[in-house]
Amino acid sequence: MRFTKSLIPVIAALLFTLNAHAADDKFITVASTTSTANSGLFDVILPVFTKKTGIEVRVVAVGTGKAIRLARSGDADVLFVHHKPSEEKFVADGMGMKRSDVMYNDFVMVGPASDPAGIKGSETAEAALKKLAAAKAPFASRGDDSGTNKKELGLWKAAGINPKTSSGTWYRETGSGMGATLNVASGMNAYALTDRATWLKFKNKGDLAILVEGDPKLFNQYGIILVSAEKHPHTKTALGQKFIDWIIGAEGQTEISNYQILGNQAFFANAKPGS
Amino acid sequence: MDLTAPNAAPSAHRASAANTILPLRVEGLAYDANGQRLIDGITFTLDAGPRTVILGPNGAGKSLLLRLCHGLIAPSGGTVTWQGATGNADAATHQAMVFQRPVLLRRSVIANVVYGLKLKGTLRAERAEIAADVLARTGLARFKDTPARLLSGGEQQKLALARTWALRPQVLFLDEPTSNLDPAATHAVESICQHMHDEGTRLIMTTHDLGQAKRLADDVLFIHKGRLLEHSPANAFFETPASGEAAAFLRGDLRW
Amino acid sequence: MTDISAAFATAIQLLITLDANLIEIVGLSLQVSISAVALATVIGLPMGAALALFKFPGRGTLTVMLNALMGLPPVVVGLVVYLLLSRSGPLGVLGLLFTPTAMIIAQAILVTPIIAALTRQVVADLWVEYAEQMRSLGAGPLRAVPALLYDARFTLVTAVLAGFGRASAEVGAVMIVGGNIDHVTRVMTTAIALEVSKGDLALALGLGIVLIGLSLAINAATFTAKQRAEAAWT
Ligand SMILES: Nc1ncnc2c1ncn2[C@@H]1O[C@H](COP(=O)(O)OP(=O)(O)O)[C@@H](O)[C@H]1O
Ligand SMILES: [Mg+2]
Repeated sequence: MRFTKSLIPVIAALLFTLNAHAADDKFITVASTTSTANSGLFDVILPVFTKKTGIEVRVVAVGTGKAIRLARSGDADVLFVHHKPSEEKFVADGMGMKRSDVMYNDFVMVGPASDPAGIKGSETAEAALKKLAAAKAPFASRGDDSGTNKKELGLWKAAGINPKTSSGTWYRETGSGMGATLNVASGMNAYALTDRATWLKFKNKGDLAILVEGDPKLFNQYGIILVSAEKHPHTKTALGQKFIDWIIGAEGQTEISNYQILGNQAFFANAKPGS
Repeated sequence: MDLTAPNAAPSAHRASAANTILPLRVEGLAYDANGQRLIDGITFTLDAGPRTVILGPNGAGKSLLLRLCHGLIAPSGGTVTWQGATGNADAATHQAMVFQRPVLLRRSVIANVVYGLKLKGTLRAERAEIAADVLARTGLARFKDTPARLLSGGEQQKLALARTWALRPQVLFLDEPTSNLDPAATHAVESICQHMHDEGTRLIMTTHDLGQAKRLADDVLFIHKGRLLEHSPANAFFETPASGEAAAFLRGDLRW
Repeated sequence: MTDISAAFATAIQLLITLDANLIEIVGLSLQVSISAVALATVIGLPMGAALALFKFPGRGTLTVMLNALMGLPPVVVGLVVYLLLSRSGPLGVLGLLFTPTAMIIAQAILVTPIIAALTRQVVADLWVEYAEQMRSLGAGPLRAVPALLYDARFTLVTAVLAGFGRASAEVGAVMIVGGNIDHVTRVMTTAIALEVSKGDLALALGLGIVLIGLSLAINAATFTAKQRAEAAWT
């Protein structure tokens, strides 16, 4: 089988080069959220860290829920997400070492500039949601168990509304990332909840505009956790801890605060000193 | 075509009494398909030497008989035995067959010949030389590197013959090798057959072409409706056929 | 409309400036998909030939399964490979998750059924024509396999190309098992998905245009070569 035989060295060579690439052990895998990755923050701050320490940071950007599941399976060294209750449970379950605050930004409610449901200027997110439900105005939800999705569901609950009963009518669950959900909202002129950084960076805004912001309940805290080596001995705790120390330390915090999107500060560093 | 090339390939293959697979003994041979008896109780023995032509109208069972003898299909009844000193064990390696429609591989003319030699187990170093020799003998030398499937029908059949010739088989089955060819190509194929015969290959050929049978046959097996009606020397068969069917076939008015 | 014209402008700009990121991504895409197709070929050719030539228990079931697997959604394959390669999965110790190797494995699984099924078909057809001649020359099905594959080479090239098309176009599997990590496992399709999620539709479409161009170039080159060779050898 001359033909197939001749392929074997080719494959061996290809696999070899790829593995040589992967065999470089000076890297950590960070499970994080699409919102953080899509905001462009990592593109700016990670090279600074890598340059200083020689540690490559590989970011797998998925929803918060999925990121936590990746970390639970031992497929990440560091978890960097934004849903405090889930993060605390992760630590309480013994999966993570310790949770540290890193930074916050906030969520905003966006919708068509014409605002048919009239939510613009609502004092609270709850009030806005009540109006949306009453008007049966189209609302695009992540519906993907992400941090933003968990946040949104919490707000609906506080407003005393169960939008899931209207799923498929005015309440649309995209089951996708923040950007994909904003694309849907933009395409059908629907309302949506998004983190501010993703919104600032998002290019396909169409007719959408920010309608509600500033409610303390829209506060969006990011936390970072080192995955415990107890369950998954291969976890690169030393390298991961270095990264965490850097990002909650002076240098990382400054980098975060300096990051701007179109002239707007995107994240507010708020790690507690010495934590 | 230079059939008498001076560098005549080793004719050492000529079967001696010690290593021949012949005679071929066919006994009570039967073949059924779809509940129909297509070959029915055929018995004969073929010794080394003469050229045998299997005659019979279309659909008589000539091709089936050849394939049964060559071992390509298994009989429903009866036996095919090679009774020579070599025995049945590796009889297959000493036979070859040329089909009505040549089956050529999708590679060059010479590569087709070389492939046959490779399967036979000829040493790699010797294959090219043997192949070039048979191509020269069959007048195909100038097509050596041509894709085999681009040859004309006659050239393709010559190549099929060259491929078997390179194997120096003791027994060569030919199934209507010229039925699709024009007279010139037919003549060329017959000449090649004759040369293989002269080198000692035992020819067993089917045809429904009486002219060809008269030119090539030393003895005749006459088949009709799956039965062997006559097995006689060619002269006798053509002059005084024993059966009414054979007589009708020779007159050209046997219906099948 | 503006998005589409912007996309073409982006595509052209990416190409003429030989954007370093683009080159890296295209390079990895080719490396991953070509490796996957090579692997799938090494497995698929013998598997297809075996299904065509040999009778063994379960052959029918296997053939049906193979045909069904041709339509397998990439995400499902990605999920299965993820569960296998995850640290908590049976092959977790290999540490292959989120590496190009994991992507190659997933794509090879996607492509093998295509190559095997098409190989089975073409080898079976050839065998009908060759069987008696081959056996007369002393080759049973096993010995005939190399010759059959060789003689089917032009059709098999088409099969391999079809496999390459599926591999290079899919996003679901490589996204899950590769993680779309910048500079490590980001390929054309996952980069496109990422740009879509950022709402940068022009850049996404621009990348898409580059991908189509690449696939066109590969197919056109192979097609021409094949056409020429085939005219001579069939
Ligand atoms: N596999 C088969 N199944 C059914 N009928 C067959 C098969 N092979 C041959 N036959 C029939 O057997 C008869 C003899 O066929 P064949 O040996 O090819 O005749 P011919 O003498 O023309 O070579 C024909 O009627 C043919 O149709
Ligand atoms: Mg016939």
